[in-house]
Amino acid sequence: MSKTDDPSEALAQALADQRLRIVASLIRTTHDWDLAEDAVADAAERALLTWPRDGVPRNPAAWLTTTAQRRALDVIRRAGTERTKLAELGAQQQLDGQLDELGDREREETGVLIDDRLRLVFTACHPALPMDARVALTLKVVAGLSTAEVARMFLVEEATMSQRLLRAKRKIAHAAIPYRVPEASDLPERLDAVLAVIYLVFTQGYAGAAAPQLAEETIRLGRLVVDLMPDEDEPRGLLALMLAQHARRDARLVDGKLVTLEDQDRSRWDRQSIEEALSLTMLVGRVPGPYRLQAELALTHLRAADAAETDWRRIERLYDRLYALQPTPVVGLNRAVAIGMAQSPARGLMALDQLADHPALRGLHLLPAVRADLLARAGRTTEAVEQLDRALELAPTEQEREQLARRRTHLSSDSSAD
Amino acid sequence: MLVTLDPSHDADDPSSADPTGTLDVDDWVSKYDAAGVRLMGNQVRMAEDATSVTRRRGELLVTDGPYAESREWIVGFDVLQCADLDEAIRVASEHPMAASGRLELRPFVED
Repeated sequence: MSKTDDPSEALAQALADQRLRIVASLIRTTHDWDLAEDAVADAAERALLTWPRDGVPRNPAAWLTTTAQRRALDVIRRAGTERTKLAELGAQQQLDGQLDELGDREREETGVLIDDRLRLVFTACHPALPMDARVALTLKVVAGLSTAEVARMFLVEEATMSQRLLRAKRKIAHAAIPYRVPEASDLPERLDAVLAVIYLVFTQGYAGAAAPQLAEETIRLGRLVVDLMPDEDEPRGLLALMLAQHARRDARLVDGKLVTLEDQDRSRWDRQSIEEALSLTMLVGRVPGPYRLQAELALTHLRAADAAETDWRRIERLYDRLYALQPTPVVGLNRAVAIGMAQSPARGLMALDQLADHPALRGLHLLPAVRADLLARAGRTTEAVEQLDRALELAPTEQEREQLARRRTHLSSDSSAD
Repeated sequence: MLVTLDPSHDADDPSSADPTGTLDVDDWVSKYDAAGVRLMGNQVRMAEDATSVTRRRGELLVTDGPYAESREWIVGFDVLQCADLDEAIRVASEHPMAASGRLELRPFVED
């Protein structure tokens, strides 16, 4: 951490370092999410008033922590009801011990030190909350975005978003959702739920208008979970997957048009993100989970010097393993593509036929689009064009329709040249 | 006895008002507590505070709220005393009906 004498810069840095810790520990001691967030906001406001006058404190983060805790304690004292007496006691104890370095941690019954930030992440992503509420709480309370920012990202009114946040906090209180890291027996499922929220926000970023900011915020969240749970492999897998996808951001969308992986300008890929993703998947020694496998898939593409160099045998093997863990139709489609590339288009079409009746694929453009590709590679151009026409009818976005139309034009001109 | 809301009933519509006047639930409770008819009861929170628990092929599924897709038949009830929602979910997941039916957890308005 570099030191700065500029009050607003120092405040921004202290908030970036400490906001989440302070909020997370105040939620534990006060059981009040709004109070915890307000106390930090108040402390920041105070800093803006006093630091320019008195100078930036020697340890801005510690100042912020103490001020927020005192502020929370004041509010609780003033409320003064029986119910808050307990919270006051907790907050007071916390205040007493605050500056020792374990200020934001509490010893669990097992004697293991648990970071409050981890409690916050697990509670915000509890499966008893509706998915949109998990997403909203994670962005607002964990990532620290404003209600207006979160509302903008999801294209809803600010009032709608604050209602959603309010309802989520109410359910946590009413249904007694515990502020706790789940027990070991529940941990795999609950960790999956946390990672699913992060990945959903990330993919939403690419589908919606707020792409770069949302993607970067979620990568930050991914890093946080990796730091907080260093013994778990799937958070690293998810972070690697997001970095690998984000590395292609500048090559993926050119002049508002989607460019397929095959045709992307590889010099526009972000090498630093790719390197980081690679190093995250280097740690071996366990059975890879779905996120790790997807990261390795993305990286196999990213490592090829050009599309023709792609190691399709490896991709096929990875999809076999992923399909065994997640036998979903979308994974099946990708596996069929990989088989088509690694073995032969005919084999790929056979794999595709096994999925053809899947109810989840009905009405989606994906099946005919993939079939068209395999047919084209097999030289069955007329049938391929027919399939592209079906895909065009079903494609949900203008970008996708444009891309399919371009492929259709390409294919028809190829066939007339024969 | 199960108490339910009728979504088609409009309390603000004067034509739907009870001609005998609005009844007070506290009067009803004290009357039938005294008579030894009512043994226990409480008000539960609304649907948005509910959590559903099912177990299918050994897999636990926890979801927000009640399922609203189809008509459902209530076949019983249990009153649980739990430290928090996670404990209630664990208890519910061990109920045989979690595997074939569905358990809906509703917190009481007051403890």
